[in-house]
Amino acid sequence: MLDYALRRLVMTFFVVVLIMTFLALLIQLVPGDPVRLVLGAKAPEELVQSVRHDMYLDKPVPAQVYYFFANALHGDLGVDFQSQRSVTSLIWTALPHTAILALASLALAGLLGVPLGVYAATHPGGWLDRVTAVATISLITMPAYVAGLLLLLVFSVHWSIMPATGTGNLSNPADYLKHLALPAIALAVTWIGYLARLVRTSMLEVLNERYIMAARSQGIRDRLVVYKYALRNAVIPTIAVVGVGLGTLLGGAIFVEVIFARAGLGMLIYNSIQTRNFPIVRGGVLVVALLFVAVNLLTDFVYHMVDPRIRVVS
Amino acid sequence: MAVAARDGKAAAVRAPAAGGALTRLGRLIREVARRPAGLFGLIVICLLLVVVVAAPLVAPYSPYAQDIVHRLQGPSLHHLFGTDELGRDLLSRVIFGARIALGVAIPAVLIAMFVGLLTGLISGYLGGGTDQVAIVGMDAIQAFPAVILALALLAVLGPSLRNVVIVIGVALAPGYARVVRAMTRAAKQNQYVEAELSLGASTTRIAVHHLLPNIAAPLFILIAMDIPSAIAIEAGLAFLGLGVPPPSPSWGALLADGFSYVLISPWAIIAASAALMLTTLGFAMLGETLRDVLDPKLSGTRRRRKKR
Amino acid sequence: MSDPLLTVAGLEVVYHTDAGTLPALSDVCFEVREGQIVGVVGESGCGKSTLGAALLRLLSPNGEIVGGRVMFAGRDLASLSSGELRKVRGRGIATVFQDPLTSLNPTFTVGQQMIDAERAHGQGRESKDVLRRRAIDALTRVGIPDAARRIRNHPHEFSGGMRQRIMIAIALLHEPSLLIADEATSALDVTLEAQILKLLKEINASHGTAILLISHNLGVIAEVCERVVVMYAGRAVEEGDVYAIFDRPLHPYTRALLAAVPSPQHRGTTLAAIPGRVPSLLALPPGCKYADRCAHAVAVCFAREPASLARGGLRVRCFLYDDSLPAADKPRADWAKAPGRA
Repeated sequence: MLDYALRRLVMTFFVVVLIMTFLALLIQLVPGDPVRLVLGAKAPEELVQSVRHDMYLDKPVPAQVYYFFANALHGDLGVDFQSQRSVTSLIWTALPHTAILALASLALAGLLGVPLGVYAATHPGGWLDRVTAVATISLITMPAYVAGLLLLLVFSVHWSIMPATGTGNLSNPADYLKHLALPAIALAVTWIGYLARLVRTSMLEVLNERYIMAARSQGIRDRLVVYKYALRNAVIPTIAVVGVGLGTLLGGAIFVEVIFARAGLGMLIYNSIQTRNFPIVRGGVLVVALLFVAVNLLTDFVYHMVDPRIRVVS
Repeated sequence: MAVAARDGKAAAVRAPAAGGALTRLGRLIREVARRPAGLFGLIVICLLLVVVVAAPLVAPYSPYAQDIVHRLQGPSLHHLFGTDELGRDLLSRVIFGARIALGVAIPAVLIAMFVGLLTGLISGYLGGGTDQVAIVGMDAIQAFPAVILALALLAVLGPSLRNVVIVIGVALAPGYARVVRAMTRAAKQNQYVEAELSLGASTTRIAVHHLLPNIAAPLFILIAMDIPSAIAIEAGLAFLGLGVPPPSPSWGALLADGFSYVLISPWAIIAASAALMLTTLGFAMLGETLRDVLDPKLSGTRRRRKKR
Repeated sequence: MSDPLLTVAGLEVVYHTDAGTLPALSDVCFEVREGQIVGVVGESGCGKSTLGAALLRLLSPNGEIVGGRVMFAGRDLASLSSGELRKVRGRGIATVFQDPLTSLNPTFTVGQQMIDAERAHGQGRESKDVLRRRAIDALTRVGIPDAARRIRNHPHEFSGGMRQRIMIAIALLHEPSLLIADEATSALDVTLEAQILKLLKEINASHGTAILLISHNLGVIAEVCERVVVMYAGRAVEEGDVYAIFDRPLHPYTRALLAAVPSPQHRGTTLAAIPGRVPSLLALPPGCKYADRCAHAVAVCFAREPASLARGGLRVRCFLYDDSLPAADKPRADWAKAPGRA
């Protein structure tokens, strides 16, 4: 385990270095002058020069990479082209809203997807199993923005029972939750279907295991066998997937935040792409990637902790 | 026993020597069409292909023809899906949108496959340092959610059909590289291969005779599964204004237009959503059926324990 | 002799598969008396494990009991409500399965699993400490050293033999009157097998627990069983006292099976392999299921299935012993001509 963890950490370190180098160099890919692009052709030359200097664009490429690393290590991701505000503080304000959104939809997916999968697995061939089989694959293939737009259309526009836009204020939890509901559902839709399927498949496999038969042969109640003995073994493989899934979730968050005008990280990245505000794009994308890498690492370790077999073998 | 029978069938589909490629493809399609999900997928994809090829014949109007007087209308006999904010016929736009969906998704997935095949073969075959570097590279690409990576790249490269295709291809390539790498490593450890290598067989021979027949099935499945992802990413990028530039009728662009006028008319969103969902569902069902048919071991749901 | 504890009568089991309905067991009859050790023997695929699972209705979801009775303590387990059946499982009849690794849940400690098994038939609210102490006692009794510490281990931290001892300890928690041991020693090496068999015999002697020992190994059966049921293609083809059957088998299949066992007396001679293969359950021949491989088979053997006949204290399913057949239609065998013990 220790050996494995160490190897995994070293690999992750290299991955992060590669990601940051790539992002540092990203601005070099911009056709033309990135600063001019933002400030417009009529901006005074002195202003352009000072922004170039602030962004180290007047330095050679290796130096640019170095400064990006050095500053990022101090938590400095540069400044907004236009407002001159620190990118880090902009991200810091937006991040909680995205984190809450992601966690809420993950919780929703677990709360709905897992029982659905268990039910389907314990009643194979039943009508609900058939219905969920078709429903889950439809849910899985539904992109978050389609789900978001349809929810918006039905609940906010047609029935007008849910707020269409805005984040709400965290100091007013009821209002915040009301604003959170539709975006969280939109983001969870894929995951409800995906989890239901995963759990159904692995549950069916586990229910066929000899130790389930053995537990039954000992007279242990069926409910205990299914929910304690089988479910834990069935959920273990899904843990590994949830880590990867969080990436898709963060990707989907950008759409959902744009559709419902939530002031999250996705919205921030989207707005800065519109205004070609590259430092914010770069910082936002870096934070998303780092989050994803961290979550993956975490789930990987949790996975190894939960399954005692792997704990010893590796 | 049922398992053995299914395995036998699957092996027959996979066997490289069983008749020509066309007969094998025919048998595969028959096998897929025998299952409801597979039949559904095949029908949807065939319809889609017809629409793509014959778009000018099928579409009632030009997708660009504006009719400001009749803008933002609901479905009628003249406009089955209604019209958009410029009075363009939504049905025609959806039909031509299929060209963009497949025109981006298929080349993008092919790029992903070729890049992945090459990287996977090299890193799996050489192993050692090259392999480690390749893994870090793949991990780095996959550390970004595909949409975010595509977004970041397009933000700097600027949106264009070519850039969208390349960017989606890059985002999807690691999936192929991983599969190919794993299969290459497995093949290298295979005793037949070891024996052949010791007899002086060429690397090309090994690749053609041992690797490709084994890689074909999983790659085929992956392609079928990735096309809907690519379509969804393309439409998503277009929705955010970073896809194929307007006035192209990308389904994502239709959604964006519909979103702008959501309070006035829902029809653009409904039409484009329906097209997107039907297409992705069709490809996903085909992909799943292919997986069941080609590689029963991969599908846990159908596995049945052998009795004693 | 004591009363029958378990009476299986006309048991029929099928599996529903994509390829059709497989008759896994057909008209299986036998009984187990209190304190008796009865063996079930046959090649793989003959239905002996299906039999072990069917008694407590532990068949896989596609398996179904379609006929017959399983009488245990005056009740038919085949038609008992699932709630009542659960009370029999583990308390009246306990089961030990073949592979001790897969029989224990990998994600829970041995102690947690034992406590759940104890609670399954718990009277009231016993404290966890009491239950744990009882579990430790049970483990110690089956020869697990340092049980108090080991109870906190996960299954994979035990060796194969130890795991099977744990399974036996769990099976004995509620002092069942019948223990089904389904290939309980097959996955173990010879030394461990001998130890586990010895343990089973001790349990039988000290607690009077009846044992149904399912095995493909005739040596194991001969060593511990009083009676034996020989199975072939889902049928009990011969049943009776283990010495009688080993001395003078009646059914050609049993005879061939015994001839295929290596023994010190026959060193240097060739082992008689049984020609042909076990028929597929998907395409069973209409007559005697063994006819295809039988050296003595005649027309009637292929035409219809022989009934189960009583002969010299044994039961056998073979036309060799069917006196209702005209002599000309009857199959013959030199060894079967000698008058039986009847």
